[in-house]
Amino acid sequence: MTEVLSSPPTFPGARRPDRRRDVSAHGVRLAVYEWGPPDAAPVLLTHGGFDFAATWDGLAARMVDAGWRVVAWDQRGHGNSDHADLYSWEADVRDLAAVADSISDRALPLVGHSKGGGMVMHFAEAAPHRVSHVVNLDGLPSGRKTPDIAEHERTRQTLNDLSGWLDHRRRTHDAQRRAGTFEELAQRRARMNPRLPMAWLRYLVSVGAREDDDGWRWKIDPSLRFGGFGPFRPEWSMERAPGIGVPFLGVLGLELEEMGWGSRPEDVLPYLPLGAEFHALEGVGHFVHLEAPDHVAGLVLDFLARNPSPHGWR
Amino acid sequence: MHEAPMHQTIELAHNRMRLALHQLREPASATAPHRPLLLLHGLGEHIPGTVPDEVTGWPGAVWGLDFTGHGASTVPRGGGYTCELLMADVDVALHHLGEATLYGRGLGAYVGLLVAGARPDLVRGVVLADGPGLSGGGTRPGSFAIGDVDLQRPATAPDPFALFELARDVRPVDYAQSFAREAVRGSALDVPVIVAAFARPDWLRAVAEEYGVETLPVARALELYAER
Repeated sequence: MTEVLSSPPTFPGARRPDRRRDVSAHGVRLAVYEWGPPDAAPVLLTHGGFDFAATWDGLAARMVDAGWRVVAWDQRGHGNSDHADLYSWEADVRDLAAVADSISDRALPLVGHSKGGGMVMHFAEAAPHRVSHVVNLDGLPSGRKTPDIAEHERTRQTLNDLSGWLDHRRRTHDAQRRAGTFEELAQRRARMNPRLPMAWLRYLVSVGAREDDDGWRWKIDPSLRFGGFGPFRPEWSMERAPGIGVPFLGVLGLELEEMGWGSRPEDVLPYLPLGAEFHALEGVGHFVHLEAPDHVAGLVLDFLARNPSPHGWR
Repeated sequence: MHEAPMHQTIELAHNRMRLALHQLREPASATAPHRPLLLLHGLGEHIPGTVPDEVTGWPGAVWGLDFTGHGASTVPRGGGYTCELLMADVDVALHHLGEATLYGRGLGAYVGLLVAGARPDLVRGVVLADGPGLSGGGTRPGSFAIGDVDLQRPATAPDPFALFELARDVRPVDYAQSFAREAVRGSALDVPVIVAAFARPDWLRAVAEEYGVETLPVARALELYAER
Protein backbone atom coordinates (compact mmCIF):
# COMPACT_ATOMS: atom_id res chain seq x y z
CA MET A 1 0.00 0.00 0.00
CA THR A 2 2.89 2.33 0.79
CA GLU A 3 4.14 1.56 -2.68
CA VAL A 4 0.86 2.77 -4.11
CA LEU A 5 1.00 6.03 -2.19
CA SER A 6 4.58 6.80 -3.18
CA SER A 7 3.77 6.33 -6.85
CA PRO A 8 0.08 6.89 -7.61
CA PRO A 9 -1.10 4.86 -10.58
CA THR A 10 -1.26 6.60 -13.92
CA PHE A 11 -3.24 5.71 -16.99
CA PRO A 12 -2.50 6.83 -20.54
CA GLY A 13 -4.67 9.80 -21.47
CA ALA A 14 -5.94 10.49 -17.93
CA ARG A 15 -4.93 13.73 -16.26
CA ARG A 16 -5.64 15.09 -12.77
CA PRO A 17 -7.36 18.49 -12.58
CA ASP A 18 -5.28 21.67 -12.63
CA ARG A 19 -7.34 23.44 -9.95
CA ARG A 20 -9.63 22.51 -7.08
CA ARG A 21 -12.10 24.79 -5.31
CA ASP A 22 -15.22 24.51 -3.15
CA VAL A 23 -18.76 25.67 -3.81
CA SER A 24 -21.28 25.93 -0.98
CA ALA A 25 -24.67 24.71 -2.17
CA HIS A 26 -26.97 25.98 0.59
CA GLY A 27 -24.48 24.88 3.20
CA VAL A 28 -23.36 21.64 1.56
CA ARG A 29 -19.69 21.91 0.51
CA LEU A 30 -19.14 20.62 -3.01
CA ALA A 31 -15.63 19.84 -4.31
CA VAL A 32 -15.20 21.41 -7.76
CA TYR A 33 -12.35 20.60 -10.17
CA GLU A 34 -11.05 22.40 -13.22
CA TRP A 35 -8.82 21.34 -16.08
CA GLY A 36 -7.39 23.70 -18.72
CA PRO A 37 -6.88 27.46 -19.02
CA PRO A 38 -9.23 29.51 -16.77
CA ASP A 39 -10.04 31.85 -19.66
CA ALA A 40 -11.02 29.15 -22.16
CA ALA A 41 -14.68 28.43 -22.96
CA PRO A 42 -16.15 26.34 -20.12
CA VAL A 43 -17.95 23.01 -20.27
CA LEU A 44 -19.54 21.35 -17.21
CA LEU A 45 -19.37 17.58 -16.68
CA THR A 46 -21.81 15.74 -14.37
CA HIS A 47 -20.88 12.26 -13.12
CA GLY A 48 -23.27 9.39 -12.48
CA GLY A 49 -24.65 8.01 -9.23
CA PHE A 50 -22.05 6.30 -6.99
CA ASP A 51 -19.27 7.78 -9.13
CA PHE A 52 -17.05 10.85 -8.69
CA ALA A 53 -15.58 13.72 -10.69
CA ALA A 54 -12.23 12.01 -11.21
CA THR A 55 -13.92 9.51 -13.53
CA TRP A 56 -13.77 12.43 -16.00
CA ASP A 57 -9.94 12.52 -15.90
CA GLY A 58 -9.82 10.90 -19.35
CA LEU A 59 -12.51 12.90 -21.15
CA ALA A 60 -11.43 16.17 -19.49
CA ALA A 61 -7.83 15.79 -20.65
CA ARG A 62 -8.98 15.26 -24.24
CA MET A 63 -11.31 18.27 -24.09
CA VAL A 64 -8.56 20.50 -22.65
CA ASP A 65 -6.32 19.48 -25.52
CA ALA A 66 -9.07 20.69 -27.85
CA GLY A 67 -9.11 24.09 -26.13
CA TRP A 68 -11.80 23.82 -23.44
CA ARG A 69 -11.89 24.77 -19.76
CA VAL A 70 -13.44 21.70 -18.18
CA VAL A 71 -15.29 21.87 -14.87
CA ALA A 72 -16.68 18.96 -12.85
CA TRP A 73 -17.76 18.40 -9.25
CA ASP A 74 -18.30 15.60 -6.79
CA GLN A 75 -22.03 15.36 -6.12
CA ARG A 76 -23.13 15.64 -2.48
CA GLY A 77 -22.08 12.48 -0.62
CA HIS A 78 -19.64 11.51 -3.39
CA GLY A 79 -15.87 11.92 -3.72
CA ASN A 80 -14.48 14.81 -1.67
CA SER A 81 -17.79 16.67 -1.22
CA ASP A 82 -19.65 16.81 2.09
CA HIS A 83 -21.63 13.80 3.16
CA ALA A 84 -25.01 15.55 3.31
CA ASP A 85 -27.88 15.06 5.73
CA LEU A 86 -30.35 14.41 2.92
CA TYR A 87 -30.19 13.28 -0.70
CA SER A 88 -32.71 13.70 -3.47
CA TRP A 89 -32.84 14.14 -7.21
CA GLU A 90 -34.01 17.75 -6.88
CA ALA A 91 -31.25 18.57 -4.40
CA ASP A 92 -28.70 17.20 -6.88
CA VAL A 93 -30.10 19.36 -9.69
CA ARG A 94 -30.05 22.37 -7.35
CA ASP A 95 -26.39 21.59 -6.57
CA LEU A 96 -25.71 21.48 -10.33
CA ALA A 97 -27.21 24.98 -10.57
CA ALA A 98 -24.91 26.18 -7.76
CA VAL A 99 -21.84 24.83 -9.58
CA ALA A 100 -22.98 26.35 -12.89
CA ASP A 101 -23.46 29.68 -11.07
CA SER A 102 -19.85 29.46 -9.88
CA ILE A 103 -18.64 29.24 -13.50
CA SER A 104 -20.75 31.78 -15.35
CA ASP A 105 -24.23 33.21 -15.56
CA ARG A 106 -24.23 32.48 -19.30
CA ALA A 107 -25.30 29.33 -21.09
CA LEU A 108 -22.83 26.42 -20.89
CA PRO A 109 -22.45 23.08 -22.65
CA LEU A 110 -23.45 20.36 -20.19
CA VAL A 111 -22.24 16.77 -20.36
CA GLY A 112 -23.72 14.14 -18.07
CA HIS A 113 -23.18 10.42 -17.61
CA SER A 114 -25.97 8.09 -16.43
CA LYS A 115 -27.82 9.84 -13.57
CA GLY A 116 -25.78 12.93 -14.50
CA GLY A 117 -27.33 12.79 -17.98
CA GLY A 118 -30.79 12.85 -16.43
CA MET A 119 -29.80 15.75 -14.16
CA VAL A 120 -28.52 17.70 -17.16
CA MET A 121 -31.83 17.20 -19.02
CA HIS A 122 -33.67 18.28 -15.88
CA PHE A 123 -31.56 21.43 -15.55
CA ALA A 124 -32.06 22.18 -19.26
CA GLU A 125 -35.82 22.11 -18.66
CA ALA A 126 -35.69 24.24 -15.51
CA ALA A 127 -33.12 26.78 -16.73
CA PRO A 128 -32.91 26.67 -20.55
CA HIS A 129 -31.17 30.06 -20.56
CA ARG A 130 -28.21 28.45 -18.77
CA VAL A 131 -27.64 25.59 -21.20
CA SER A 132 -26.09 25.81 -24.68
CA HIS A 133 -25.67 22.07 -25.46
CA VAL A 134 -26.81 18.84 -23.85
CA VAL A 135 -24.64 15.73 -24.06
CA ASN A 136 -26.18 12.64 -22.50
CA LEU A 137 -23.82 9.67 -22.08
CA ASP A 138 -25.86 6.51 -21.42
CA GLY A 139 -28.29 8.40 -19.20
CA LEU A 140 -31.38 7.62 -21.26
CA PRO A 141 -33.49 5.35 -19.05
CA SER A 142 -36.06 2.85 -20.23
CA GLY A 143 -38.35 0.45 -18.46
CA ARG A 144 -36.32 -2.59 -19.51
CA LYS A 145 -34.70 -2.97 -16.11
CA THR A 146 -38.15 -3.71 -14.67
CA PRO A 147 -39.56 -6.21 -17.18
CA ASP A 148 -43.17 -7.26 -17.19
CA ILE A 149 -43.83 -9.51 -14.25
CA ALA A 150 -47.03 -10.22 -12.36
CA GLU A 151 -48.02 -7.24 -10.29
CA HIS A 152 -48.12 -9.11 -6.97
CA GLU A 153 -44.59 -10.31 -7.71
CA ARG A 154 -43.37 -6.79 -8.41
CA THR A 155 -45.07 -5.52 -5.26
CA ARG A 156 -43.42 -8.25 -3.19
CA GLN A 157 -40.03 -7.29 -4.64
CA THR A 158 -40.72 -3.66 -3.83
CA LEU A 159 -41.60 -4.54 -0.27
CA ASN A 160 -38.43 -6.59 0.15
CA ASP A 161 -36.37 -3.69 -1.21
CA LEU A 162 -38.26 -1.40 1.09
CA SER A 163 -37.61 -3.38 4.28
CA GLY A 164 -33.96 -3.70 3.31
CA TRP A 165 -33.73 0.04 2.77
CA LEU A 166 -35.48 0.87 6.04
CA ASP A 167 -33.24 -1.57 7.94
CA HIS A 168 -30.26 0.14 6.31
CA ARG A 169 -31.54 3.59 7.34
CA ARG A 170 -31.73 2.51 10.98
CA ARG A 171 -28.08 1.46 10.90
CA THR A 172 -26.52 4.32 8.96
CA HIS A 173 -25.75 6.62 11.89
CA ASP A 174 -22.62 4.58 12.66
CA ALA A 175 -22.15 2.82 9.32
CA GLN A 176 -18.85 2.66 7.42
CA ARG A 177 -18.12 1.43 3.95
CA ARG A 178 -16.37 -1.93 3.79
CA ALA A 179 -12.59 -1.58 3.85
CA GLY A 180 -10.36 -3.66 1.62
CA THR A 181 -6.95 -3.71 0.06
CA PHE A 182 -6.23 -1.44 -2.87
CA GLU A 183 -6.47 -4.45 -5.19
CA GLU A 184 -9.79 -5.56 -3.69
CA LEU A 185 -11.34 -2.18 -4.43
CA ALA A 186 -10.08 -2.40 -8.01
CA GLN A 187 -11.66 -5.87 -8.26
CA ARG A 188 -14.97 -4.58 -6.86
CA ARG A 189 -15.02 -1.80 -9.41
CA ALA A 190 -14.20 -4.36 -12.12
CA ARG A 191 -17.56 -6.03 -11.45
CA MET A 192 -19.24 -2.77 -12.53
CA ASN A 193 -16.75 -2.20 -15.36
CA PRO A 194 -15.96 -5.69 -16.68
CA ARG A 195 -14.17 -4.46 -19.82
CA LEU A 196 -11.84 -1.87 -18.24
CA PRO A 197 -8.10 -2.59 -18.14
CA MET A 198 -6.79 -3.25 -14.60
CA ALA A 199 -4.49 -0.22 -14.87
CA TRP A 200 -7.53 2.03 -15.43
CA LEU A 201 -9.35 0.41 -12.49
CA ARG A 202 -6.33 0.92 -10.22
CA TYR A 203 -6.18 4.53 -11.33
CA LEU A 204 -9.87 4.98 -10.41
CA VAL A 205 -9.25 3.51 -6.94
CA SER A 206 -6.33 5.90 -6.43
CA VAL A 207 -8.55 8.92 -7.18
CA GLY A 208 -11.90 7.73 -5.75
CA ALA A 209 -10.91 5.92 -2.57
CA ARG A 210 -9.00 6.83 0.56
CA GLU A 211 -6.64 4.86 2.77
CA ASP A 212 -7.70 4.49 6.42
CA ASP A 213 -5.88 2.62 9.19
CA ASP A 214 -7.82 -0.56 8.42
CA GLY A 215 -7.54 -0.39 4.63
CA TRP A 216 -8.94 1.37 1.57
CA ARG A 217 -12.56 2.39 1.14
CA TRP A 218 -14.49 4.37 -1.47
CA LYS A 219 -15.13 7.92 -0.28
CA ILE A 220 -18.85 7.81 -0.96
CA ASP A 221 -21.22 8.38 1.98
CA PRO A 222 -22.04 4.98 3.53
CA SER A 223 -25.64 6.09 4.00
CA LEU A 224 -26.08 6.02 0.21
CA ARG A 225 -27.20 2.66 -1.07
CA PHE A 226 -27.98 1.00 -4.37
CA GLY A 227 -31.60 0.17 -5.00
CA GLY A 228 -32.98 3.32 -3.46
CA PHE A 229 -36.62 3.41 -4.34
CA GLY A 230 -39.43 5.87 -4.71
CA PRO A 231 -42.06 6.77 -7.23
CA PHE A 232 -39.53 7.51 -10.01
CA ARG A 233 -40.51 6.38 -13.54
CA PRO A 234 -37.95 6.28 -16.37
CA GLU A 235 -40.38 8.00 -18.72
CA TRP A 236 -40.43 11.09 -16.47
CA SER A 237 -36.79 11.64 -17.32
CA MET A 238 -37.22 10.79 -21.01
CA GLU A 239 -40.23 13.08 -21.40
CA ARG A 240 -37.91 16.02 -20.77
CA ALA A 241 -35.81 15.16 -23.82
CA PRO A 242 -38.14 16.14 -26.69
CA GLY A 243 -38.50 19.67 -25.34
CA ILE A 244 -34.82 20.44 -25.16
CA GLY A 245 -34.26 23.39 -27.47
CA VAL A 246 -30.47 23.36 -27.74
CA PRO A 247 -28.21 20.97 -29.70
CA PHE A 248 -28.48 17.47 -28.20
CA LEU A 249 -26.07 14.54 -28.37
CA GLY A 250 -27.13 11.16 -27.01
CA VAL A 251 -24.73 8.22 -26.65
CA LEU A 252 -25.86 4.73 -25.68
CA GLY A 253 -23.63 1.79 -24.69
CA LEU A 254 -25.21 -1.38 -26.00
CA GLU A 255 -23.46 -3.93 -23.74
CA LEU A 256 -25.89 -4.94 -20.98
CA GLU A 257 -24.50 -4.63 -17.48
CA GLU A 258 -25.47 -4.12 -13.87
CA MET A 259 -25.26 -0.32 -13.66
CA GLY A 260 -26.93 0.43 -16.99
CA TRP A 261 -30.56 0.85 -17.97
CA GLY A 262 -30.37 -1.68 -20.77
CA SER A 263 -32.03 0.86 -23.08
CA ARG A 264 -32.07 0.00 -26.79
CA PRO A 265 -32.01 2.64 -29.54
CA GLU A 266 -35.69 2.00 -30.30
CA ASP A 267 -36.53 2.86 -26.67
CA VAL A 268 -34.94 6.30 -26.77
CA LEU A 269 -35.05 7.46 -30.41
CA PRO A 270 -38.73 8.50 -30.26
CA TYR A 271 -37.95 10.87 -27.38
CA LEU A 272 -34.99 12.72 -28.89
CA PRO A 273 -35.49 16.38 -29.80
CA LEU A 274 -35.54 17.54 -33.40
CA GLY A 275 -32.10 17.45 -34.97
CA ALA A 276 -30.57 15.42 -32.15
CA GLU A 277 -27.40 13.49 -32.80
CA PHE A 278 -27.43 9.91 -31.54
CA HIS A 279 -24.83 7.14 -31.39
CA ALA A 280 -25.28 3.59 -30.12
CA LEU A 281 -21.92 1.99 -29.36
CA GLU A 282 -21.52 -1.74 -30.00
CA GLY A 283 -19.33 -3.61 -27.55
CA VAL A 284 -19.30 -0.74 -25.07
CA GLY A 285 -21.12 -0.81 -21.73
CA HIS A 286 -22.71 1.80 -19.48
CA PHE A 287 -19.51 3.72 -18.69
CA VAL A 288 -18.93 4.80 -22.30
CA HIS A 289 -16.45 7.55 -21.39
CA LEU A 290 -14.29 5.12 -19.38
CA GLU A 291 -14.44 2.25 -21.86
CA ALA A 292 -13.99 4.18 -25.08
CA PRO A 293 -12.42 7.50 -24.02
CA ASP A 294 -10.96 8.41 -27.42
CA HIS A 295 -14.11 7.55 -29.34
CA VAL A 296 -16.48 9.30 -26.91
CA ALA A 297 -14.25 12.39 -26.63
CA GLY A 298 -14.21 12.53 -30.42
CA LEU A 299 -18.01 12.37 -30.59
CA VAL A 300 -18.41 15.11 -27.96
CA LEU A 301 -15.78 17.43 -29.46
CA ASP A 302 -17.10 17.00 -33.02
CA PHE A 303 -20.63 17.66 -31.81
CA LEU A 304 -19.60 20.85 -29.98
CA ALA A 305 -17.53 22.03 -32.97
CA ARG A 306 -20.36 21.39 -35.42
CA ASN A 307 -22.91 23.27 -33.29
CA PRO A 308 -21.45 26.67 -32.45
CA SER A 309 -23.23 28.18 -29.51
CA PRO A 310 -25.51 31.11 -30.32
CA HIS A 311 -24.09 32.72 -27.20
CA GLY A 312 -20.66 32.90 -28.76
CA TRP A 313 -18.69 30.60 -26.48
CA ARG A 314 -17.19 28.70 -29.41
CA MET B 1 -56.99 20.58 24.86
CA HIS B 2 -55.81 18.89 28.05
CA GLU B 3 -53.73 21.03 30.36
CA ALA B 4 -51.18 18.35 31.31
CA PRO B 5 -47.67 19.32 30.15
CA MET B 6 -45.75 17.28 27.60
CA HIS B 7 -44.67 14.16 29.38
CA GLN B 8 -41.27 13.48 27.87
CA THR B 9 -39.22 13.84 24.69
CA ILE B 10 -36.84 11.16 23.47
CA GLU B 11 -34.07 11.82 20.95
CA LEU B 12 -33.59 9.17 18.29
CA ALA B 13 -30.79 8.94 15.69
CA HIS B 14 -31.69 8.73 12.02
CA ASN B 15 -28.45 8.84 10.06
CA ARG B 16 -27.03 12.31 10.86
CA MET B 17 -30.37 13.64 12.08
CA ARG B 18 -31.74 13.63 15.63
CA LEU B 19 -35.48 13.04 15.75
CA ALA B 20 -37.69 14.30 18.58
CA LEU B 21 -40.22 11.68 19.69
CA HIS B 22 -42.65 13.21 22.19
CA GLN B 23 -44.79 11.30 24.65
CA LEU B 24 -47.89 13.45 25.14
CA ARG B 25 -49.67 11.16 27.55
CA GLU B 26 -49.20 7.87 29.35
CA PRO B 27 -51.75 5.06 28.93
CA ALA B 28 -55.13 5.95 30.45
CA SER B 29 -54.88 2.92 32.73
CA ALA B 30 -51.59 1.51 33.99
CA THR B 31 -53.29 -1.81 34.80
CA ALA B 32 -54.68 -2.29 31.27
CA PRO B 33 -51.81 -1.32 29.02
CA HIS B 34 -52.73 -0.69 25.43
CA ARG B 35 -50.52 -0.17 22.40
CA PRO B 36 -49.57 3.45 21.76
CA LEU B 37 -50.96 5.89 19.24
CA LEU B 38 -48.29 7.68 17.20
CA LEU B 39 -49.21 11.09 15.77
CA LEU B 40 -47.67 12.27 12.49
CA HIS B 41 -48.05 15.98 11.79
CA GLY B 42 -48.75 17.81 8.54
CA LEU B 43 -46.28 19.71 6.35
CA GLY B 44 -44.78 22.64 8.28
CA GLU B 45 -46.47 21.58 11.52
CA HIS B 46 -44.97 19.99 14.61
CA ILE B 47 -46.26 17.83 17.43
CA PRO B 48 -48.29 19.98 19.85
CA GLY B 49 -47.52 20.11 23.57
CA THR B 50 -50.79 18.51 24.58
CA VAL B 51 -52.97 15.70 23.28
CA PRO B 52 -55.08 17.00 20.38
CA ASP B 53 -58.84 16.91 21.05
CA GLU B 54 -59.62 14.46 18.27
CA VAL B 55 -57.49 11.68 19.80
CA THR B 56 -58.19 12.12 23.51
CA GLY B 57 -60.33 8.98 23.50
CA TRP B 58 -57.33 6.75 22.74
CA PRO B 59 -56.87 4.28 25.63
CA GLY B 60 -53.10 3.86 25.29
CA ALA B 61 -50.16 6.21 25.48
CA VAL B 62 -50.10 9.02 22.92
CA TRP B 63 -46.80 9.79 21.19
CA GLY B 64 -45.89 12.16 18.37
CA LEU B 65 -42.90 12.37 16.05
CA ASP B 66 -41.45 15.59 14.68
CA PHE B 67 -40.35 14.82 11.12
CA THR B 68 -36.85 15.79 9.97
CA GLY B 69 -36.72 19.58 9.54
CA HIS B 70 -39.77 20.10 11.78
CA GLY B 71 -40.42 20.87 15.45
CA ALA B 72 -37.56 19.84 17.71
CA SER B 73 -35.92 17.51 15.15
CA THR B 74 -32.75 18.36 13.20
CA VAL B 75 -32.97 20.98 10.47
CA PRO B 76 -30.53 19.57 7.89
CA ARG B 77 -28.35 21.59 5.51
CA GLY B 78 -29.15 21.99 1.85
CA GLY B 79 -32.53 20.23 1.58
CA GLY B 80 -33.12 16.94 -0.22
CA TYR B 81 -36.43 15.85 1.36
CA THR B 82 -38.56 12.96 0.13
CA CYS B 83 -41.58 11.27 1.67
CA GLU B 84 -39.55 8.04 1.67
CA LEU B 85 -37.02 9.75 3.98
CA LEU B 86 -39.87 10.70 6.34
CA MET B 87 -41.11 7.11 6.16
CA ALA B 88 -37.68 6.09 7.46
CA ASP B 89 -38.07 8.70 10.25
CA VAL B 90 -41.25 6.92 11.33
CA ASP B 91 -39.60 3.51 11.04
CA VAL B 92 -36.93 4.66 13.50
CA ALA B 93 -39.68 5.78 15.93
CA LEU B 94 -41.60 2.50 15.52
CA HIS B 95 -38.52 0.47 16.34
CA HIS B 96 -38.35 2.40 19.57
CA LEU B 97 -42.07 2.14 20.42
CA GLY B 98 -42.93 -1.27 19.02
CA GLU B 99 -46.33 -1.93 17.48
CA ALA B 100 -48.45 1.23 17.29
CA THR B 101 -51.52 2.70 15.65
CA LEU B 102 -50.77 5.73 13.46
CA TYR B 103 -52.78 8.92 13.10
CA GLY B 104 -51.46 11.15 10.33
CA ARG B 105 -52.46 14.63 9.24
CA GLY B 106 -51.84 15.81 5.68
CA LEU B 107 -48.24 14.97 4.77
CA GLY B 108 -48.25 12.70 7.83
CA ALA B 109 -51.25 10.80 6.40
CA TYR B 110 -49.35 9.99 3.19
CA VAL B 111 -46.20 9.05 5.12
CA GLY B 112 -48.35 6.97 7.49
CA LEU B 113 -49.73 5.04 4.52
CA LEU B 114 -46.18 4.36 3.26
CA VAL B 115 -45.13 3.03 6.66
CA ALA B 116 -48.28 0.91 6.99
CA GLY B 117 -47.35 -0.78 3.70
CA ALA B 118 -43.66 -1.10 4.47
CA ARG B 119 -43.99 -2.32 8.07
CA PRO B 120 -47.40 -4.03 8.37
CA ASP B 121 -46.07 -5.94 11.40
CA LEU B 122 -45.41 -2.70 13.32
CA VAL B 123 -48.38 -0.59 12.20
CA ARG B 124 -51.67 -1.78 13.65
CA GLY B 125 -53.98 0.53 11.76
CA VAL B 126 -53.38 3.95 10.24
CA VAL B 127 -55.90 6.81 10.16
CA LEU B 128 -55.44 9.26 7.28
CA ALA B 129 -56.73 12.72 8.18
CA ASP B 130 -56.85 16.16 6.55
CA GLY B 131 -53.92 18.49 7.09
CA PRO B 132 -51.23 20.53 5.35
CA GLY B 133 -49.38 18.68 2.59
CA LEU B 134 -52.12 16.11 1.91
CA SER B 135 -51.91 16.55 -1.87
CA GLY B 136 -48.17 16.71 -2.41
CA GLY B 137 -47.10 17.55 -5.95
CA GLY B 138 -49.75 15.52 -7.77
CA THR B 139 -49.45 12.19 -9.55
CA ARG B 140 -46.61 13.09 -11.94
CA PRO B 141 -43.82 15.66 -11.94
CA GLY B 142 -44.71 19.21 -12.90
CA SER B 143 -42.33 21.59 -14.58
CA PHE B 144 -39.32 21.96 -12.37
CA ALA B 145 -38.10 25.14 -10.75
CA ILE B 146 -34.72 25.46 -9.10
CA GLY B 147 -35.77 26.14 -5.53
CA ASP B 148 -33.76 28.67 -3.62
CA VAL B 149 -33.85 29.50 0.03
CA ASP B 150 -32.83 32.65 1.86
CA LEU B 151 -29.62 31.69 3.62
CA GLN B 152 -29.84 34.76 5.86
CA ARG B 153 -32.74 33.09 7.64
CA PRO B 154 -31.61 31.08 10.64
CA ALA B 155 -31.90 27.32 10.18
CA THR B 156 -35.01 26.89 12.28
CA ALA B 157 -37.95 24.56 11.90
CA PRO B 158 -39.92 24.24 9.78
CA ASP B 159 -37.11 24.05 7.23
CA PRO B 160 -38.01 26.17 4.16
CA PHE B 161 -36.55 23.38 2.00
CA ALA B 162 -39.04 20.94 3.55
CA LEU B 163 -41.92 23.30 2.78
CA PHE B 164 -40.71 23.73 -0.82
CA GLU B 165 -39.76 20.16 -1.63
CA LEU B 166 -42.48 18.21 0.16
CA ALA B 167 -45.19 20.37 -1.40
CA ARG B 168 -44.02 19.01 -4.79
CA ASP B 169 -43.37 15.40 -3.84
CA VAL B 170 -44.84 13.23 -6.62
CA ARG B 171 -47.48 10.69 -5.53
CA PRO B 172 -48.52 8.41 -8.38
CA VAL B 173 -51.83 6.65 -7.85
CA ASP B 174 -50.46 3.13 -8.40
CA TYR B 175 -47.53 3.84 -6.07
CA ALA B 176 -49.89 4.82 -3.23
CA GLN B 177 -52.14 1.86 -4.04
CA SER B 178 -49.24 -0.58 -3.78
CA PHE B 179 -48.59 0.54 -0.19
CA ALA B 180 -52.29 0.18 0.68
CA ARG B 181 -52.23 -3.35 -0.79
CA GLU B 182 -49.11 -4.29 1.14
CA ALA B 183 -50.74 -3.02 4.34
CA VAL B 184 -53.80 -5.18 3.65
CA ARG B 185 -51.69 -8.20 2.74
CA GLY B 186 -49.35 -7.98 5.72
CA SER B 187 -51.57 -6.67 8.50
CA ALA B 188 -53.39 -8.78 11.07
CA LEU B 189 -56.33 -6.35 10.74
CA ASP B 190 -59.08 -6.69 8.14
CA VAL B 191 -59.08 -2.93 7.71
CA PRO B 192 -55.53 -1.66 8.27
CA VAL B 193 -56.14 1.72 6.61
CA ILE B 194 -58.97 4.14 7.41
CA VAL B 195 -59.52 7.33 5.43
CA ALA B 196 -60.90 10.10 7.65
CA ALA B 197 -59.89 12.99 5.39
CA PHE B 198 -62.58 15.02 3.65
CA ALA B 199 -60.26 16.23 0.89
CA ARG B 200 -59.40 13.60 -1.72
CA PRO B 201 -56.31 14.24 -3.81
CA ASP B 202 -55.86 11.61 -6.54
CA TRP B 203 -53.63 9.28 -4.50
CA LEU B 204 -56.07 9.28 -1.61
CA ARG B 205 -59.18 8.79 -3.74
CA ALA B 206 -57.55 5.69 -5.21
CA VAL B 207 -56.44 4.40 -1.81
CA ALA B 208 -59.94 4.90 -0.38
CA GLU B 209 -61.32 2.56 -3.04
CA GLU B 210 -58.88 -0.25 -2.24
CA TYR B 211 -60.02 -3.50 -0.67
CA GLY B 212 -59.37 -3.36 3.08
CA VAL B 213 -59.58 0.43 3.25
CA GLU B 214 -62.63 2.08 4.86
CA THR B 215 -63.87 5.63 5.18
CA LEU B 216 -64.84 6.70 8.72
CA PRO B 217 -64.69 9.82 10.89
CA VAL B 218 -61.55 10.12 13.06
CA ALA B 219 -63.28 9.34 16.37
CA ARG B 220 -64.94 6.22 14.98
CA ALA B 221 -61.70 5.09 13.30
CA LEU B 222 -59.75 5.38 16.56
CA GLU B 223 -62.52 3.56 18.48
CA LEU B 224 -62.29 0.74 15.99
CA TYR B 225 -58.50 0.45 16.30
CA ALA B 226 -58.66 0.82 20.10
CA GLU B 227 -60.81 -2.33 20.20
CA ARG B 228 -58.45 -4.43 18.06
